[in-house]
Amino acid sequence: MPSLSPLVTIRDLNKIFESRKGLFGEPRRMTAVNQVSLDIPRGQVTGVVGESGCGKSTLARLVLRLLEATSGSISFDGVDLLKQSHGAMRLLRRRMQMVFQDPYSSLDPRYTIADALLEPFKVQGIRLTTAEARQKVEALFAMVGLDARFAQNHPHQLSGGQRQRIGIARALALEPDLMVLDEPTASLDVSIQAQIVTLLEKLKHELGLTYLFISHDLNLVRYFSDRIVVMYLGRIVEILPDAKAAPRHPYTQTLLDSTFAPDPTQRRDISRLTGEIPSPYNLPQGCAFAARCRHARPDCLSRRPVLETRSDGHAVACFHPLT
Amino acid sequence: MALLDVQDLSIDIGGIKPLDSIGFAVDKGETLGIVGESGSGKSLTALSIMGLLPLIGGRVERGSIRFDGMELTRLPEPDYRRLRGRRIAFITQNPMTSLDPVIRVGEQIDQVARLHLGLSGSAARRHSIEIMERLRIPEAATTYHNYPHQLSGGMKQRIVIAMALAANPDLIIADEPTTALDVTIQAQIVQILGELVREKGVALILITHDMGVVAQACDRVVVLYAGRVAESNTVSAIFASPRHPYTQALIGCIPRNAMERGSLVGIPGLVPSVARYPAGCRFHPRCTRSESLCEREVPVLERLASGAEIACHVADKHEAAHA
Ligand SMILES: Nc1ncnc2c1ncn2[C@@H]1O[C@H](COP(=O)(O)OP(=O)(O)OP(=O)(O)O)[C@@H](O)[C@H]1O
Ligand SMILES: Nc1ncnc2c1ncn2[C@@H]1O[C@H](COP(=O)(O)OP(=O)(O)OP(=O)(O)O)[C@@H](O)[C@H]1O
Ligand code: SF4
Ligand SMILES: [Mg+2]
Ligand SMILES: [Mg+2]
Repeated sequence: MPSLSPLVTIRDLNKIFESRKGLFGEPRRMTAVNQVSLDIPRGQVTGVVGESGCGKSTLARLVLRLLEATSGSISFDGVDLLKQSHGAMRLLRRRMQMVFQDPYSSLDPRYTIADALLEPFKVQGIRLTTAEARQKVEALFAMVGLDARFAQNHPHQLSGGQRQRIGIARALALEPDLMVLDEPTASLDVSIQAQIVTLLEKLKHELGLTYLFISHDLNLVRYFSDRIVVMYLGRIVEILPDAKAAPRHPYTQTLLDSTFAPDPTQRRDISRLTGEIPSPYNLPQGCAFAARCRHARPDCLSRRPVLETRSDGHAVACFHPLT
Repeated sequence: MALLDVQDLSIDIGGIKPLDSIGFAVDKGETLGIVGESGSGKSLTALSIMGLLPLIGGRVERGSIRFDGMELTRLPEPDYRRLRGRRIAFITQNPMTSLDPVIRVGEQIDQVARLHLGLSGSAARRHSIEIMERLRIPEAATTYHNYPHQLSGGMKQRIVIAMALAANPDLIIADEPTTALDVTIQAQIVQILGELVREKGVALILITHDMGVVAQACDRVVVLYAGRVAESNTVSAIFASPRHPYTQALIGCIPRNAMERGSLVGIPGLVPSVARYPAGCRFHPRCTRSESLCEREVPVLERLASGAEIACHVADKHEAAHA
């Protein structure tokens, strides 16, 4: 396993958004993804956590080139993604798919579920006979554990969990290598979330998939991932080499302290947690977490820590890591 | 007698019966959690206590809601209006629906104190700023003058809580007060609500589907399933020894620290819609322990010596004499 090269290699990736505050306001720039470098190993689950607005979805869309990067490089199985023409990109997209957070808006209400599942073939210009199409649809339904009688239904006739299964089935249609899962269970009940996560585990084993799994739920990411990437305001602040590793970055520790265990004997005193995330349009020059950090010292305010990787693969961007 | 005592409550909305004979009690200085999947009747329980069912074309069909000795189900609307916001406060899930976008947030808190406590001008303002400071809103005197759109989601939710506190209520009903917020902000708000209960002796009903929040903040828990109480008990008993198969399954759905991958068990199937509640035990189609009796007969809610309540034909109702 370790001898295999990573499926995806991301280096110094940046995405800058420009917008105006109000109709006649000053144009503002903000770096939603900032100098991100990351490997996504084959056959593993790479988890990404962080609070709202830290750049998780932007990173996901950049990796699939659904969004153009401002600078940096992404290599997918040795191919330099950002240098590919549109035609080449379309062919590559067969091998990389995305499942979106909102199962309600990611399916077109006018089409039947069968149409939705066959759409990826149309987009790729793959012609299927009626019999092949029926077979594909049935196989995909079976794969995600849904009754094929839903085929002629429309999305509004399905529950949220059923719609998310369809979203996964559609992503699987072209037999991809990489699945980018952007909060696939965020809008679902825990009972349905558990069903979907179990399904994703099964599919990964059966099909040898590689996942980039995005969530703001640290407990869920720790359960599901082999490696965990923690983002704060567009930057990677820590990479945990395995899901059980103890955090070294104070921000990761803060996330952990804010996550309640479903166990009343493990209640937390969180009176020490303070502060709000600074505006991404106006970042401090030092460490972006300094204003909220209990371990901050003067150097944290003047210089920005860079991500440094230890020999065990544990990477942290902090002048005063916890361990 | 408890501050709020709900017994045998059933409601009707245009012929639909979303709540069937539910009951629970909460006293001063106590936090009661109401949990259950989406559609189980949590918000309608809150609306019933607030006397707001007529707004959605519903009514109490049977049962009683006693608050501080008053029978609320027979309370005339003008009396109810004096209770609402004054002695019973309601925090809804979406803070934006409770805030007026064109009025400064501080003045919105003033309005509550003016209406219910008869405070005027500067006294109301002082009162508001004091509450904002208690909720650890930074620079309260400045934030007082902000409009809602100038504040973050977590800050807006704190303003909504400040409005709920402005009239010194005896009972606060918080319907998913943190669902839309980041974990670090959620943790702070759960902490603040806990302090109100401990320091001011407020009675709190915390509606949530987050079992981590329940474990952190609640004293007692009512588990709703499809409009009925499945089980209610102290928070420690609910997590340490859940008895109802639904409670057990619900706890099995939550990813926990140190949980091995593959050990998450979902609940098969879906929560039924109100129009299609099954006969007998409403959980039986999804229950791994159901017997033929479960399909025919509604299990009654049995009260055990310890105060635990459980509605199941097969669950263990034996209570060991604890040493
Ligand atoms: N098209 C855009 N134009 C301008 N700003 C954008 C655009 N898309 C995203 N942003 C900003 O970039 C930042 C990162 O957004 P992103 O959606 O990647 O965050 P996220 O981590 O996925 O958050 P969430 O957990 O809320 O989904 C945010 O501040 C967001 O407002
Ligand atoms: N105005 C209404 N008319 C008819 N049925 C309703 C109405 N409001 C809610 N219901 C139904 O009553 C049931 C309980 O709804 P309720 O809003 O109390 O659920 P909930 O437990 O709060 O769910 P959630 O976690 O999604 O907020 C649901 O099946 C819902 O569809
Ligand atoms: S009554 Fe029967 S169906 Fe209902 S929870 Fe108990 S065992 Fe399951
Ligand atoms: Mg996102
Ligand atoms: Mg609700």
